[in-house]
Amino acid sequence: MTPDPASQHDQSLHNYNFAYLDEQTKRMIRRAILKGLAIPGYQVPFASREMPMPYGWGTGGVQVSAAILTPEDTFKVIDQGADDTTNAVSIRSFFERTAGVVTTTKTAESSVIQTRHRIPEEPLTDDQILVYQVPIPEPLRFLEPRESETRKMHELEDYGLMHVKLYEDIARHGHIATSYAYPVKVEARYVMDPSPIPKFDNPKLSDCPAIQLFGAGREQRIYALPPFTQVISLDFEDHPFQPSKADHPCGLCGAQNAYLDEVIVDDAGGRMFVCSDTDYCETRLAECNQVKEDT
Amino acid sequence: MTPLLSVQCVSKSYGSHIGCADVSFDLYPGEVMGIVGESGSGKSTLLNCMAGHLPPDAGAVYFDTRANGPRDTVCMSEPERRMLSRTDWAFVHQHARDGLRMGVSAGGNVGERLMAVGAQNYGDVRAKATDWLTRVEIAVDRIDDRPTTFSGGMQQRLQIARNLVTGPRLIFMDEPTGGLDVSVQARLLDLMRGLVRDMGLSAVIVTHDLAVVRLLADRLMVMKSGRVVEAGLTDQVLDDPQHAYSQLLVSSVLQV
Repeated sequence: MTPDPASQHDQSLHNYNFAYLDEQTKRMIRRAILKGLAIPGYQVPFASREMPMPYGWGTGGVQVSAAILTPEDTFKVIDQGADDTTNAVSIRSFFERTAGVVTTTKTAESSVIQTRHRIPEEPLTDDQILVYQVPIPEPLRFLEPRESETRKMHELEDYGLMHVKLYEDIARHGHIATSYAYPVKVEARYVMDPSPIPKFDNPKLSDCPAIQLFGAGREQRIYALPPFTQVISLDFEDHPFQPSKADHPCGLCGAQNAYLDEVIVDDAGGRMFVCSDTDYCETRLAECNQVKEDT
Repeated sequence: MTPLLSVQCVSKSYGSHIGCADVSFDLYPGEVMGIVGESGSGKSTLLNCMAGHLPPDAGAVYFDTRANGPRDTVCMSEPERRMLSRTDWAFVHQHARDGLRMGVSAGGNVGERLMAVGAQNYGDVRAKATDWLTRVEIAVDRIDDRPTTFSGGMQQRLQIARNLVTGPRLIFMDEPTGGLDVSVQARLLDLMRGLVRDMGLSAVIVTHDLAVVRLLADRLMVMKSGRVVEAGLTDQVLDDPQHAYSQLLVSSVLQV
């Protein structure tokens, strides 16, 4: 008798461990995470596994999430702030199938949030973990191509080169034009790449009650910020750091202080600015409608 | 007077091959020492051992630090040595490409050392970079151009500016005029002589060009097969060479 395709499919899923990775791998990743938490901002090498998705799609973040997920967790994935783009949807369904955890799009309801290039607008709490997907963990990489040399520079706190990058920005553009992946200094020690989040989000890294974990799958590095870590964006005295955003309110919910995406709406050059954090925008809209209904 | 740099019995070998053997000398503040010799005679090995780029197998290199007096740089910790090489030392490479960041503008190249020792003010860094470009005769409007767009002589001058901006006391030069044409060499030598005299710099210059040492160096060491065969005042060694190899070296120079 041939087994029906549905049960065969279920069977194959049963062959996977909880959250896809085997327990030894998770153990190895957890050790890297603990080391990262003990040395905030330090890049811990780990034996990154092949994941069933291409590099650049969040293989590092997925491995970190898999290592920290428990069956009781509520999981949220955001991609550039949105819960409904390909990357977010596929990673969410990946963990729905391999871990069976509850997923949500609500920031407040989630306990583990995997993010690509944004920090949620809603302040995080001390029972949440934010997992970043990191393409290139080394902030000095484009200035110094040799890994042996960049490691030595971190070891010796030799960070003059980082300011050379900012100097070049000002010399060329008149202001610090780096607008994402803006380098930060963690607890006055390690210079860290906060992953390509907009520099608007940089202040949220500092003194955050949530644990922040960074996973780079291709580059095989994990780093971390424990709760309430001091994170300072590098700058010059006469050109101080400025978190910037488009100078508009959100076209949908009217938020003044949220990071905005520019959306082209027609072929005639029409455009609107909307919150990049879709959950934040929807929550605000729902509240607005609620108030209207009540009155 | 304490010597600024005191090299004591420095030896370095690559396996069974001798890089340099048992070299000792003292360099006093404001003095320029030339090291000449044929290719493979161990000049560059010696220079790299002194500048902390290579660990010598034996011997000591004492440098008279500002804070703590003479310290053996061989036994120093890496952070201390790096600090020295960013502040009190300068190293001019033969190929400007080795000493410059080719992807960074001229101003950024000059400013790097300042920012590495903690300069946090863009205006100050920019002003110092401008000043130094003028001092090495590079037009100020080239400050935002990359060194890739510079000629060989300009690159070499930029490398010198980048090294001298933190006001070092000792400068190591590895064939600074190698690969430049004669007229550019002459200008560069003129410039270096001026800077060395004005700033009261001490220098160790490695070269195989006797004209360079004749112009710049107060004292001269002649090396052959890793050993110093003759040392003395420049004019004395060049005009009255004693060792057979020095005689060969001096007589090999073409007279035009």
